[in-house]
Amino acid sequence: MKPQAVTAARRGLLACHVCMLVSHPGRELDHVCCPRCGAALHVRKPDSIARTWAFLSAAIILYIPANVLPMTDVRTLFGNTEDTIMSGVVYLWTSGSWPLAVIVFVASIMVPMLKIMALVFLLVSVQMRSVWQPVQRTRLYRLIELVGRWSMLDIFVIAFLVALVQLRALATIKAGPAAACFGAVVVLTMCATLSFDPRLIWDPVEDDHG
Amino acid sequence: MPTGAILACHECDLLQHEVRLEPYGVARCHRCGAQLYRSRPHELDRVPAYILGAFILYVISNAFPVVGLSIGGELVQATLLGAVHGIYADGDWLVALLVLLTAVVAPFVQMIAMAWLLLSLRMGRAPKNFSKVFRVLAFVRPWGMVEVLMTGVLVALVKLARMAEVVPGIALWSLAGSMLLLAAAWAAFDPRLLWSKAGEAR
Repeated sequence: MKPQAVTAARRGLLACHVCMLVSHPGRELDHVCCPRCGAALHVRKPDSIARTWAFLSAAIILYIPANVLPMTDVRTLFGNTEDTIMSGVVYLWTSGSWPLAVIVFVASIMVPMLKIMALVFLLVSVQMRSVWQPVQRTRLYRLIELVGRWSMLDIFVIAFLVALVQLRALATIKAGPAAACFGAVVVLTMCATLSFDPRLIWDPVEDDHG
Repeated sequence: MPTGAILACHECDLLQHEVRLEPYGVARCHRCGAQLYRSRPHELDRVPAYILGAFILYVISNAFPVVGLSIGGELVQATLLGAVHGIYADGDWLVALLVLLTAVVAPFVQMIAMAWLLLSLRMGRAPKNFSKVFRVLAFVRPWGMVEVLMTGVLVALVKLARMAEVVPGIALWSLAGSMLLLAAAWAAFDPRLLWSKAGEAR
């Protein structure tokens, strides 16, 4: 039999998520506060799986209008053009600025999609109590935590385009309905990432070295 | 060399002994590789310096135009708050609120909280609501997106450069400086030292 990993939870200890102090909860297990900083202590993030699924399913639903509806609406003397995220990338590519097309493609299309897929994978593997590659799965979580914020890029770009291109009769740019949906997807996937507890990946793992 | 204290990895919950680190060393969890804590000498001198610099530059970034467009002799300029207002006036209040929170409110809250914590510790006392401010800082941290904002401005600049002549504003440079100083502040920051210093000061 492999040696059991000594985790705080198995020893009945609680680690504070604010100041990192490891403490003994005493007799009652509800509403325990950290003796050093006073933050509420939990063995694992409360309702981690349910909350992450909730944020994630809302994000998946909004991901559809964010990609199908127009992101920007450009009005010039020669008529209107509405651009979705993808057609904006295609436009950048065909007009010759391919480095920019790659940046926008990665930040607005690849990152949100891969993030949603990775979170679904992590949640399903945790719910199946999988012991497969816990180190790699923890790394995957660290990666989505790190790159998730970069999806906000397109929102900032649109904000400055709208503010600058108000040239009276010549041309105006308006944010389309997809902008709000896309912003919501970014916020919801970030909330999903924050409410997921990576320690759940390790709970089924008995071996000290993964 | 163990110091006697134990700590639990925040990513896999493994209990391990704290060891004394050499300067600029990093302690990682031996099971999952997560960064547990690190040694950052002169933290109380460096971080406040970086943060004050970043704060001053960020005030400038908010007060002056970031980019301008020049068309037929007419110059249209946009400040950060002007961009927020432009989207709001368009009726897209949700996007406006998102930009306001991630580009203006969160970075400022983050800088003020960090400066307040470190400066008061530097003066040798732990403020009464130290842990509350620390919690605010931890909560706000993922939502401050100065570096993403900077990249967004650059992408907008390149997009517009084909339509008209683009004039970079003062705030573009101060934004870049603020982004670098903020990154330097986080790199010189070790929350564990803060808590032990706060314990001593109490």
